[in-house]
Amino acid sequence: MLVFIIRRLIQAVLVMLTVSLLAFVLFRYIGDPVTIMLGQDATEQDRVELRASLGLDQPAPVQFGRFVGQAVKGEFGLSLRQAQPVSTLLKERLPATVELSVVAAILALLIGLPLGVYTALKRNGFMAQSILAFSLLGISLPTFLIGILLILIFSVQLGWLPSYGRGEVLKFGWWSTGLLSWDGIKHLILPAITLCLFQLTLILRLVRSEMLEVLRADYIKFARARGLSQRAIHFGHALKNTMVPVITITGLQLGGIIAFAIVTETVFQWPGMGLLFIQAVQFADIPVMAAYLCLIALVFVVINLLVDLLYFLVDPRLRTQLSGAKGH
Amino acid sequence: MNKTVLAAALAALVALPLVGHSKTLTWSSQGDFMTLDPHAQNENLIITASSYVYEPLVDYNKDFQLTPALATSWEQLEPTVWRFTLREGVKFHDGAPFTADDVVFSIHRAMAPTSNFKAYVNGIDKAVKVDDKTVDIITTAPNPVLLRQLTNVFIMNKDWSEKNKAQQPQDFNKNEETYSSRNTNGTGPYKVKSREVDVRTVFVENEEWWNKGNKVGNVTEVIYVPIKQNATRTAALLSGEVDLVLDPPAQDLQRLRQQAKVVEGNEYRTIYLGLDQKSPELKYSSIKGKNPFADQRVREALYVAIDIEAIKKAVMRGSSAPTGTMIAPQVHGYTKELAQRLPYNPDRAKELLKEAGYDNSLTFTLDCPNDRYINDEAICQAIVGMWAKVGVKANLNAMPRATYFPKVQNYDSSAYMFGWGVPTFDALYTLQSLMHSKGEGADGSFNFGNYNNAEVDTLIDQIKTETDTAKRDAAIHKVLEIHAKEVGHIPLHDQIIPWAMAKKVDVIHRADNRMAAQWVTVQ
Repeated sequence: MLVFIIRRLIQAVLVMLTVSLLAFVLFRYIGDPVTIMLGQDATEQDRVELRASLGLDQPAPVQFGRFVGQAVKGEFGLSLRQAQPVSTLLKERLPATVELSVVAAILALLIGLPLGVYTALKRNGFMAQSILAFSLLGISLPTFLIGILLILIFSVQLGWLPSYGRGEVLKFGWWSTGLLSWDGIKHLILPAITLCLFQLTLILRLVRSEMLEVLRADYIKFARARGLSQRAIHFGHALKNTMVPVITITGLQLGGIIAFAIVTETVFQWPGMGLLFIQAVQFADIPVMAAYLCLIALVFVVINLLVDLLYFLVDPRLRTQLSGAKGH
Repeated sequence: MNKTVLAAALAALVALPLVGHSKTLTWSSQGDFMTLDPHAQNENLIITASSYVYEPLVDYNKDFQLTPALATSWEQLEPTVWRFTLREGVKFHDGAPFTADDVVFSIHRAMAPTSNFKAYVNGIDKAVKVDDKTVDIITTAPNPVLLRQLTNVFIMNKDWSEKNKAQQPQDFNKNEETYSSRNTNGTGPYKVKSREVDVRTVFVENEEWWNKGNKVGNVTEVIYVPIKQNATRTAALLSGEVDLVLDPPAQDLQRLRQQAKVVEGNEYRTIYLGLDQKSPELKYSSIKGKNPFADQRVREALYVAIDIEAIKKAVMRGSSAPTGTMIAPQVHGYTKELAQRLPYNPDRAKELLKEAGYDNSLTFTLDCPNDRYINDEAICQAIVGMWAKVGVKANLNAMPRATYFPKVQNYDSSAYMFGWGVPTFDALYTLQSLMHSKGEGADGSFNFGNYNNAEVDTLIDQIKTETDTAKRDAAIHKVLEIHAKEVGHIPLHDQIIPWAMAKKVDVIHRADNRMAAQWVTVQ
């Protein structure tokens, strides 16, 4: 087990190093922040001085070495746009993104799961067919368009829900939450729907196909033969066995939701990490972009690691190996 | 949030029965203030925020005439010595009285190495306290634009700055954030109530403001929210969550005119083309061994081949002011005569090109930004098409500003499009940066085509220090005349910028694109 964990950790570190190298190399070529930082009245002298003090005049390997050294300590330097430590900025933005992502994931599960079961059970019903047809929209419409459409309908036309921002937030230390006030919740609805739509359809379709598969299995037939109630068969036996792949996918998708919240956050001016990233791109704010990419990579690496470790708990074969080893 | 505001308003009504109607103005544009330090970053949006909280000695009125602010009067004792009498009874937001020490401190702060406001204290040697209500500003040489420069130098409180270790303007290079980048203490009409970077900044009325009696507008609370996405910003305005949008997207203007209100006005920014006229050979051209742009006939041909009225109509949809000079009408030194364009004349262009020996043979690259000026890329596209009609083949190279500006500023361009605004509202700012040959400091700092004329240089140096207005104006006109005749740059038009707002909002549009909240009335 220890060897396995160490091996996975080394892999994780390698992945992180590769990502940070990529981030670093990519962003060296996207533009010159110095020109944007200095106003139009700056002299050549100002430019040279600023470049030197930011370390932008040094050779690339030196810059990268320093970058990794600092990154390990969680230091990504100073944002060129806001003149604040990048770590502070990310910490400020993290709650917004996490709340949005988690709510979107929960919504996707809460809606996707029952709809998936329903469409599987009433395979040929009119409602089920309509839901399936509708779910095609969720998969094929780009997030950006969905967001704008929702804003047009619910903010501009109906005036029910706010079109941008996070509304009123309460602070607990460095964590801020919008979930405890009606205003905060109102602001969350449209972005959460926008972000969850793709996941929702994914889960719906996954549950449906898994469920259909399971319903054809022999043990279901035997259960039917034994005269168990429909309810017990569907929910006690079929759904339970459908859940394993669904949980795995959902877990992995959470990382995806956090990472791809960028578009939703931009459309709704949601003050999370994705918006920070987009603004950083426009400003050629290299430290922020690099830190964000590394952070997202870290999220994926950690989730993958956790999933791998969870297999130990889930997969009986691995467990017997382990206890066998202990026994000797 | 509405509920809280309502609750707060109700509470205020109960507590203070005499309070008048409180009016909130929520406005938005693309980006956020990068800092609240009034001397750290010379950027328009930041200066807008600073002007809510801080005040200069001398300010502009709505016609950009100078008007007293923290100084009630001033006189020039000697060509290099200006004496300012300070306003009595002014208090900072924390209650400290405003004195000469604060003025001396702030001017020197704006001169500090980390300051980005050096352009506005350019030529100042030092500030000296005479007594509590009198300050002398001593310049290194006579400086005719000193007062106009000072409109951008905001006055901070000396004790507050010292107590909070903010004696130096926030330095964007150091790994620390200063107290003054998040906290403020000015004398101006609004105080900062809360600040969440990139989310919202709330200003509330300064009840003790010395000029409250003469206040033009009625806004008691200003909320600024940056909204990056064009469609979302428009939606926020249409749904009533935002009262004013500073930079409405061009494609939404028609709709906004119907469902809300759009106020347009001339900006002090002139859009022009620059041509590399000094390099022995153009870097991006098929012509080898010589520089066609060194030939005045070629520059003139490119100029008269541009149908600026067509661009105004088709590209700008009427929202531009074609010009033949390099400064906008609000800028001191502008005259109508000088702003006459060379008439559009494609036949003449062909003739000139033939004379110069480039009959259907001139090829070069035109660099253009695509996210900086209004319709920048579309304008360049139109121009390229017009040039093609007279036998000039220009390849359009459009790119985002993050890559465009470094390229041009490294002199890595043969022909480029640029826009130049004039915060001092005096022609010198343009003349010195764009037409003076490359020299010390601001001299020629944006003269990327290396336009060079010894007589122009001499005249500009004279304009810098000439205090006799008539003589100085004559020199400015002379420079503009020579430059226009030699086609040093090709002027295109002055930008007209729209502000979109709810119908209940009345604003005074400003040529410098600063949204002065204290001038806004909300019905």
